[in-house]
Amino acid sequence: MKMAKERGLTAGPATRDAFGEALHELGGINRNIVVVDGDVANSTRTEAFGKAFPERFFNVGIAESNLVSVASGLAAAGKEVLAASFAAFLLCNAYDQIRMGIAFPQLNVKLMGSHSGISIGEDGPSQMAIEDIALAASLPHFTVVVPADGPSTQAATRAMFAHVGPVYLRTGRPKVPVIYNNGFAFEIGKANQVREGTDVTIIACGIMVAAALAAAQSLNARGIQARVLDMHTIKPIDEAAIQRAAQETGAIVTAEEHLLDGGLGSVVARVVAERQPVPMAFVALRDTYAESGKGDELLEKYGLTPAAIVKAVEQVRTRK
Amino acid sequence: MSVMMEVPTAPGEQYTMPRRSLAELQETAWRLSRQILEMTSTAGSGHPSSSLSAIDLLTGLYFGGILRFDPKEPDWPRRDRFILSKGHAAPALYAVLAEAGYFSAAELSTLRQLGSRLEGHPNRRRLVGVEASTGSLGQGLSMGLGQALAARVDNLDYRVYVMLGDGEIDEGQIWEAAMAASKFQVDNLTAILDYNAYQQTGAVNQVMPALEPLIDKWEAFGWYVFEIDGHRMAAIMDTFHAARRVPQQPQMIIAHTSKGRDLSPFLKNDVNRKHGEVLNQAELAVALGELDDQKMWDNYSATADNLSVADPQGGLHR
Repeated sequence: MKMAKERGLTAGPATRDAFGEALHELGGINRNIVVVDGDVANSTRTEAFGKAFPERFFNVGIAESNLVSVASGLAAAGKEVLAASFAAFLLCNAYDQIRMGIAFPQLNVKLMGSHSGISIGEDGPSQMAIEDIALAASLPHFTVVVPADGPSTQAATRAMFAHVGPVYLRTGRPKVPVIYNNGFAFEIGKANQVREGTDVTIIACGIMVAAALAAAQSLNARGIQARVLDMHTIKPIDEAAIQRAAQETGAIVTAEEHLLDGGLGSVVARVVAERQPVPMAFVALRDTYAESGKGDELLEKYGLTPAAIVKAVEQVRTRK
Repeated sequence: MSVMMEVPTAPGEQYTMPRRSLAELQETAWRLSRQILEMTSTAGSGHPSSSLSAIDLLTGLYFGGILRFDPKEPDWPRRDRFILSKGHAAPALYAVLAEAGYFSAAELSTLRQLGSRLEGHPNRRRLVGVEASTGSLGQGLSMGLGQALAARVDNLDYRVYVMLGDGEIDEGQIWEAAMAASKFQVDNLTAILDYNAYQQTGAVNQVMPALEPLIDKWEAFGWYVFEIDGHRMAAIMDTFHAARRVPQQPQMIIAHTSKGRDLSPFLKNDVNRKHGEVLNQAELAVALGELDDQKMWDNYSATADNLSVADPQGGLHR
C-alpha cells in the first residue's frame, strides 16, 4: 500500500471538503441519493450537491431533530439519504431521532457530522463535537467512520454509500496532511497500517493519525519503532488488528480528537481487555471542553499533539 | 353494501380497494373498539383510552376508500402511508391492520407478549403494515414529511397521513416539521390531530394552556386546517375527501374526540381518562355493554354536520 512520504507529509484538503467533492460526484452517478441539510450546506459542503441536484436536496433550516426524522422518512420510502449538519448539533440535538428513526429501524441513512473536535478553532465549544464518536458508537446497528485525510475521506464517502444501513461519518474543518496516495485500500471495518513497528502501537483516527506518524518519526530517531494504525472505523472496530498489535508490540497508545471516555480509546481498551491485555495509554481530551483560539493553539493547549503521543508511548513502555 | 372502487392505475396494475358504507364503517369501528378493549385487558397493559379516541378516524381512513393500500403488497411503491405518530395508540393500529388483512385477528391477543410482533409501540421491522417505528413522541410528522417528499422526488402520487396526539404537539419537533412541510408546499401530507383533551398527567388545557388557539397556530404555520368531531363518520369521510383536494398546502384535521370514546370506566377518571391503564374484568364488561349501545352512534346522513367541512375552494373550513 502506497502512502505519502513519512518525512514531511504533504498538505491536503480538509476532510469536509473531500467529503463534499465525493458527495457531489456520487450524486451524479447514483440518482437515488437525497441530501437533507440544516442551513449549513456551505459549511458541511453539501452545497455542491445541492446546487447540482436541487430536486434531491432539502434545506430544512436550523432544525436538526426534524432533519434527522425527515431523513428517516425518506429512507423508509426507499431513498439513500445523507443527513448533514455540524457533528455537535446532529448527534447531540437529534440523538433520540437518530436512535428511534435510524438505529432502531435500521434505516439506510448516512449521517455526516462536520466541525468535529476542537481544531475548528475560534468559534469555540458550542460548535465543537467532542463526544460524537461516543454517541454514535453507542447506537446498535450503526457504522462509525472517522477518516484521517482527504483521499481516505473520499473513499470513505463512497464506501458509506455502498454499505446498506446506518452510518456516521465524521469530518473536520482544518486542512489536514495527505496520508494516502493513489492506490490505497479502504474497507469499512479494516484498519490501515500506515507504519510498521514492533515496540509499541499507536492506534489513531482522524487528525491524530498524522500526529501519530509525526510522533513515530520522533520515536524512530531514538530507536523506538512504533506501529501506527489508522483505525478509521470505530464501529465495527477491527478487533483482529488490535489483537495483532497487542500480541506483536506489547503496548498500545490510542489518540483521538475526542473525550477520553466512550470514543476510540474506550472501544480499543475493551477489545484489548477481552482478547489480549497489554498496557495502554490514551491521548484524548481529559474531561474538559475547549475554548476559543486558533485550531493549532487549541490542539497544543489541550494536549492533542505528537508530543503528547510520544509522552504516552514513553509512559506505556515502562509498564510493558 | 360495500362499493368496490377502482383506483386509476399505471398500465399493468390492477387494484381495487374497499370502500365501506357509513353504516358499515360504524359497525367496523364498534368491532375494532371491542378488540382494543379485549386485547389491552388481556395484555394487562396498553393504552386503551388513547386508542379508542382514534378508532373512528382510523376506520374511516382505512376502510372508507381513502387510504390506498394492498395488504398483499405491503411494499407497493404507490401505496399511501399512514404513520401513527402517537405510537402508544398501537392497539388501534393493530386492530385496523388485522381488519385490513395484514395478519389474522387471532394474533391480537398476543399484544405486548414476549416474541409477539405486536409490541407496545409499533415496530416497522417486526410488523407488516407499520410504516414507522414510533413511540418517542414528536417524530412521526417529520417522518411522514420525509415520505411525502420521497413521493415528489420519485414522481409518485401517493399520500401520507400522520396521526398526532394533543399532548404530543408539546414537542418542538412537531413545529419544526410543520414549518418545513409548509416551506416545501407538501400537499400530499395530511395530519390528523386526535384532540381527546387529556394527556398523561392531566387535561391538555391544564398541562399546556398555551396550546390554544390551535387552529390559528396551524394556519400561521401555513397549513390548511379542518376541524371536526372525530367520532362522526360522515364528517370524517367528508373531511378526508376535502383534504385531498387542497393544493399546495399540507392539511391538518383537528378532530375533537373522547379519550375512552365516552365509555364510563374511562369517563369516571377525570384526571387523565385512565391514560395507559387497562380495564379490569368488571370494568371491561361494563365497557363492552356500553359499546353495544353506542353501535349506531352517527346518523347515516351523507352530509356533514355543523362542525365539519366543505369545499376548500369555497373557503369554509370550520
